[in-house]
Amino acid sequence: MTRIIAWGVFLLGCLYFLLPLVGMTEFSLRMRRGEYSFDAYRVVFGDPRFWDTFSYSLILSGATILVGVFLVVPTAYWVRLKLPQARPFVEFVTLLPLVIPAIVIVFGYIRLYNTSSFLPLTGSALGTDILLTMGYTTLALPYMYRSVDTGLRTIDVATLTEAAQSLGAGWITILGRIILPNVMIAVLSGAFLTLAIVMGEFTMAALLNRPAFGPYMQLIGANRAYEPPALAVIAFALTWGCMGLMQLVARLAKHERAKA
Amino acid sequence: MSFLTLTHLEKSFGTNRVVKDFNLSVEKGEFISLLGPSGCGKTTVLRMIAGFEAPTSGSIIIDGQEVTGLRANARNIGMMFQAYALFPNLTVAENVAFGLKVKGVAKAEREARVAEMLALIGLPELGGRFPFQLSGGQQQRVALARALAPKPRVLLLDEPLSALDAKVRVSLRNQIREIQQDLGITTIFVTHDQEEAMSISDRIVVMNAGIADQVGTPFEIYNRPTTRFVANFVGTLNTFEVTVEDPAAGKVRLGGSIMTLPAALNAGTGSAQSIALRPEALRLGREPGYETVISGRIEDVHFMGSIIRLRANVAGETVVLDTFNRADQPPPVPGTGIEISLSGKDAILLQG
Ligand SMILES: Nc1ncnc2c1ncn2[C@@H]1O[C@H](COP(=O)(O)OP(=O)(O)O)[C@@H](O)[C@H]1O
Ligand SMILES: [Mg+2]
Repeated sequence: MTRIIAWGVFLLGCLYFLLPLVGMTEFSLRMRRGEYSFDAYRVVFGDPRFWDTFSYSLILSGATILVGVFLVVPTAYWVRLKLPQARPFVEFVTLLPLVIPAIVIVFGYIRLYNTSSFLPLTGSALGTDILLTMGYTTLALPYMYRSVDTGLRTIDVATLTEAAQSLGAGWITILGRIILPNVMIAVLSGAFLTLAIVMGEFTMAALLNRPAFGPYMQLIGANRAYEPPALAVIAFALTWGCMGLMQLVARLAKHERAKA
Repeated sequence: MSFLTLTHLEKSFGTNRVVKDFNLSVEKGEFISLLGPSGCGKTTVLRMIAGFEAPTSGSIIIDGQEVTGLRANARNIGMMFQAYALFPNLTVAENVAFGLKVKGVAKAEREARVAEMLALIGLPELGGRFPFQLSGGQQQRVALARALAPKPRVLLLDEPLSALDAKVRVSLRNQIREIQQDLGITTIFVTHDQEEAMSISDRIVVMNAGIADQVGTPFEIYNRPTTRFVANFVGTLNTFEVTVEDPAAGKVRLGGSIMTLPAALNAGTGSAQSIALRPEALRLGREPGYETVISGRIEDVHFMGSIIRLRANVAGETVVLDTFNRADQPPPVPGTGIEISLSGKDAILLQG
């Protein structure tokens, strides 16, 4: 009896997630009256702005991931190794982006770095891109930090560090050759979440007036009927592609098999 | 001039003095064990030598060089940990090569050295494996090869055998000792296991609450313990209360008989003293030349192979004695009344 109920609940859950997805996909295929077609997708892919904004956001998410990794991995490592009593504080700081709205952050940026400030970053496209990357890094911080910290938990950070030190290694060697490779899977899952956030982010990009994918999606969504669901399906495909890639990498990293 | 010198080494964590006035001189190629109960500060001493803890005061000199203020990665000291601590993302060969790579040793030379090290530990085939594909004993041998590859000045081992099962523990400790003697590398080995320390060390430092109680060869530590702590921590002891008869001649009275101790006593006539005897110094039955005979009743018998350990109740106290196994003479059964012979010349005086 309980088995049947369990299965029932499971099926209900599946329907809850799958039905909207199926409905959306179905709707995106109905652009041509009376028959299914990929017309909506053809329109989306045919729009040069799609490719421009998509590649712009992709590049910025790459930059965000790099900055995030360079910021978070050494920090999380150092906190675990030398300042375990500071962990609650650092965790609190990394959670702040979840409670402070992006709009507040971006207005802060604009106030601090406007063209008449000491560091006029908003004065040039490159400067604004840098600012946007920093903003994205902040938004992704909670996810990146959590992933990396969880990854660090699976290895004996202190002993591995001492073993490497006794063999003559300095901090950069230890981080680059021992710590980072051992938390690579965690870094990848953080990177993947970062990618998802950056690709969909609207507020910061719109207010800093950069040609990102988020504002483009918003624009299409407000003016068209069939293209937005097509875009959403594309976004889902992208997400699942990333997940599959992560699985693949995890499988290829031989030393990770022990933990699985 | 000794190779490694620790002078007045002290370490406190907050108000907790963990290592107190620790002095030690180690000769080149010597194998020294730090032996003591858990929490007595052995690891802390080792970590100060390695450079992972800064001493509160005192100095560490290796090969004439003051290293007290030197960072751990500049000391050229090999270290082996209880938890193996192999790098999980690197293969066995890469693990062993790590220290050489950091030093900037050229690839060809590095590969030759790795092969040499893997042959030394008897695992020449396993270079391509990852640590998780090895047993605990194999991992610890790889850790030894990794520590030795960059030719460290000193090898430090912190209870490297305690995570292994009994059989592997004995074979690996013999292998460690053999390799240590082959290479002639100065080694400090931390353990709480007295049998382990006795069997592989040139000298043992018995530690108690942060203090080096006694430093000596296993023979000296076992046969001439200088403090009550050392006597009790190393091996088994039977203690007897005696009355001093003639301190200058070392004569004491136990029950109705007079025993002559190996040395003069520093105590007044008529005062009470404790003497101790190892289980193997006692003889079952009446033995010619032994001054004292006590009688008791067998409590239990442990047959250990070449040795039989008997526990007897003598006037309410448990006395432990060891006899050699003899095929023509079965040991007494529990409940049997027995006589035990003692000789003053075997006694260990417990003062302090
Ligand atoms: N980092 C530390 N901070 C505070 N106390 C410590 C630290 N390391 C060791 N101690 C204390 O020092 C004492 C000796 O520890 P340790 O050297 O590890 O002993 P052993 O290796 O002989 O078991 C213990 O009481 C331990 O609690
Ligand atoms: Mg210890």
